[in-house]
Amino acid sequence: MGAEVIAGRPAQENAKGELALVVDQLTKRFGERTAFSDVSFRVAYGEVFGFLGPNGAGKTTTVRTLGTLIAPTSGTATVAGIPLSPENDVEIRRRISIMPESPGLYLRLTVTENLEYFAGLYGLDQPGPRIRDALEAVNLGDRAGDLCGGLSKGLRQRVGLARTLLSDPAVMFLDEPTSGLDPVAAREVHNLIDGLREKGVTIFLTTHRLEEAQKLCDRVAILNTTLRTVGRPEDLREQLFKTALVVKTIAPLGDPDRLFGRIPAVEGWRSESPGSYVLTVSDPTLAAPEVTRGLVGAGADVLSIGEAQHSLEDVYLELVDEDVEVRKP
Amino acid sequence: MKALDVARIRVVVRKELRDYRRKRSVVVTMGVLPAIFLIQPTLTVFLAPASTTSDRVFQVPLLFLLLIPVIMPSTLAAYSVVGEREQGTLEPLLTTPIRRQEFILGKAAAVMIPTLALSYTVFGLFLAVVRLFAKPEISSGVFRQGPMLLALVLFTPLLAGWAIVVGMAVSVRASEVRVAQQLGTLASFPPLGAVVLVVVGTIHPTFTVAVAFAVGLFALDVRAFHIVSQMFDRERLVTGAKAVRS
Repeated sequence: MGAEVIAGRPAQENAKGELALVVDQLTKRFGERTAFSDVSFRVAYGEVFGFLGPNGAGKTTTVRTLGTLIAPTSGTATVAGIPLSPENDVEIRRRISIMPESPGLYLRLTVTENLEYFAGLYGLDQPGPRIRDALEAVNLGDRAGDLCGGLSKGLRQRVGLARTLLSDPAVMFLDEPTSGLDPVAAREVHNLIDGLREKGVTIFLTTHRLEEAQKLCDRVAILNTTLRTVGRPEDLREQLFKTALVVKTIAPLGDPDRLFGRIPAVEGWRSESPGSYVLTVSDPTLAAPEVTRGLVGAGADVLSIGEAQHSLEDVYLELVDEDVEVRKP
Repeated sequence: MKALDVARIRVVVRKELRDYRRKRSVVVTMGVLPAIFLIQPTLTVFLAPASTTSDRVFQVPLLFLLLIPVIMPSTLAAYSVVGEREQGTLEPLLTTPIRRQEFILGKAAAVMIPTLALSYTVFGLFLAVVRLFAKPEISSGVFRQGPMLLALVLFTPLLAGWAIVVGMAVSVRASEVRVAQQLGTLASFPPLGAVVLVVVGTIHPTFTVAVAFAVGLFALDVRAFHIVSQMFDRERLVTGAKAVRS
């Protein structure tokens, strides 16, 4: 498909006119198996970009490719202003940070010792204040001396996040940062990401949690080996679903076909359950009064009339289900 | 090869040593192995009759001591990469700007430092015990083995280097720690073979032979290090598949 869309807000470039990520027709194959194919997108500086897709869609492989851990089979990319190539690997890694799904901490070392190690690997001078700031950012200042082996999964995830903050990266890749966390711990991570967004940090977030993407991301991409779509969640909803009114009545209508057929603003309708109708309309604001008058005129006991709300989950399921249908023999 | 960052290598060494100290099994292994290897040479020398004149009686225990720097580091070296992979710490590490040579040198140095410290401590202890407590004839017999004593000094880092490089080569490619550690012990076979050849009299230890062996072993270690650096493939380590670039 090779979709290349920059929907929503205009892409922010840095002072040199660069984008945080420019990906063009990137493909990765492992022998006969294609991890992802022909993927193209742009990410602006300061943007929180969600990367969604089912298991095995190629999300983690994309992150690893952009993070220079694995080589693309074809295509090009620029990461934090540097072209993706073997000779630029080190320079790219200097400018980014990646938090894999599992934080991968040294359990016999303390939180501070873990961060000191990574600060050293990034070549940070005087890492003390950086470590303190990173720990404060993830609310772990009081656990700095604890052995990582003694921390809960949620706390370890926070240490992992603190580690990604250490080097003040131009782009942060967070691979399923709330995977396996309980709702409270997940919410803490959401708050952290929200805080980072407010500070203007560019975040590339892969996640299974659609409500997480909807809440945190400026734009999302849906990947299922190929890129299915890219855009702002609200734009995707509009692109994919026609505007509709949801009408609920106390009792099922006697002849809904006749009733809705008489209202010019209604282009079509379907019943979701007895007494619940979804009307396709081009302009809900104009259609709603007409529909109300029509229903009242027909003597229907109206419970509610409202605009149909589609979530990002609806968009995701629509696209992923489409793929499942296409792949059926 | 671009310039290596010594500070980054030092960071790896410091972290590794800190991690070893907190792992009881590593501390015990490092303490027990040299102690065991000290028993045989000590018994041999102290049980030898004062009338012994054969150099072989003094050479064999000294050769036996040379196995310490071969056997001691192999387990740690074999754990170095695959161990990180198994505990999930390798991927975050590989996302940092560290170069593969820096990583390998750091890991190797972290194994080399305690190996050298313990090996030389054991040699020193052995020689001190012989000088202080052995019969004067036996003591002078041991200290008369110049080429062997030189070999102890020269070969210890070289043999340790060999064991470390082989252990790391296995570790880079192995999928499990246990397999890596078993295969890592293979590093001790060639040095063991050399010891056997000296014991059976095929090789006569002289200064020239000691220096020639040392030079050859040094060249071998350097070449093996380069091979291990080439084997260190981020993609293979992360995904299990070899990188193929377009």
